[in-house]
Amino acid sequence: MLRLQIIPHSEVANLTSESKISKVLRIAKNNRIILLEGRLSPEEETLLIERTMSNIDRRFKGIEICSIGDSETRDLVKRIKRGLAQFLLGVGASGMTIIGPASIIKEIKRDPDKIELLTKNVK
Amino acid sequence: MGFFDYLKSILKIFQIKKTVRLGLYGPVNAGKSSLANKISLDWLGEEMSEVSKIPHETREIKVKEKVKIRSSGKELDFNLIDTPGIATKVDYEDFLKYKLSKSEAKKRAKEATQGVIEAIKWLENVDCVLVVLDATENPYDQVNVTIIGNLAARNIPVLIVANKIDLKSANIKRIESAFPQYNVVGVSALKGTNIENFYKELFRTVR
Repeated sequence: MLRLQIIPHSEVANLTSESKISKVLRIAKNNRIILLEGRLSPEEETLLIERTMSNIDRRFKGIEICSIGDSETRDLVKRIKRGLAQFLLGVGASGMTIIGPASIIKEIKRDPDKIELLTKNVK
Repeated sequence: MGFFDYLKSILKIFQIKKTVRLGLYGPVNAGKSSLANKISLDWLGEEMSEVSKIPHETREIKVKEKVKIRSSGKELDFNLIDTPGIATKVDYEDFLKYKLSKSEAKKRAKEATQGVIEAIKWLENVDCVLVVLDATENPYDQVNVTIIGNLAARNIPVLIVANKIDLKSANIKRIESAFPQYNVVGVSALKGTNIENFYKELFRTVR
């Protein structure tokens, strides 16, 4: 049985990067696939990889991750425009990130327009 | 700050600029160490890293200092930094397929996780990066996106090296369309294919 957990942007928007990554890892280590609204920043992605590596043990083998949609930008004008659009349209964040434990997700294949999530046989 | 301190700091800036710290980054088994060896062999006459088909062969940072490279009438000093492949998962059982004993596989897995952490930390210590990708693999892997996104965020110049172009299934165009804002140069580090062009692109990236 696959267990999915959706994390809306509002649930992580005010968290520090450390707290956000801790939360995501806690859920992944609990054998759940996370659908995170929005994308992690490049710095958060590397922090996630670092923390994942530190957590690997006999039971936890790591994660598979895939982000789709607009990437984070440092361009202030673009960020203001995006923020305004999100405020007006009432949406949390653009893009989506899928993160799951490597013990369940065998591979995430991504092409520009589609994602294939290959799972392992889980009991 | 006295005059001599000021002079020293100016000299220090020039000293840093004089030698380019060139990092080789990329996913596991893309051929980073093969390329590092090719560069080291071309300009120092000796290899710098061990290579193998077993994933995570490079599990610690390897540095070769003062590699003088010449291309198109110019010359630059490089410190070559070969890094462990970046991965999001490490399972010791994957190493058992390569006939490693269980204890060897577990040791390798532990060292591999440390290697990934080290590689990420060393992003602070590079001036320019060669992102080495296996041209036969899907370039849209999140690890590639994460590495390149991080380098962009740090304003570090990047040259994407599409390795293994000697193999039939290599597809440079796919890498170019995945990362259209970057220069991509195809090589075979193992066979030395297109290596002159690689050096030209490297100098163009460093400049």
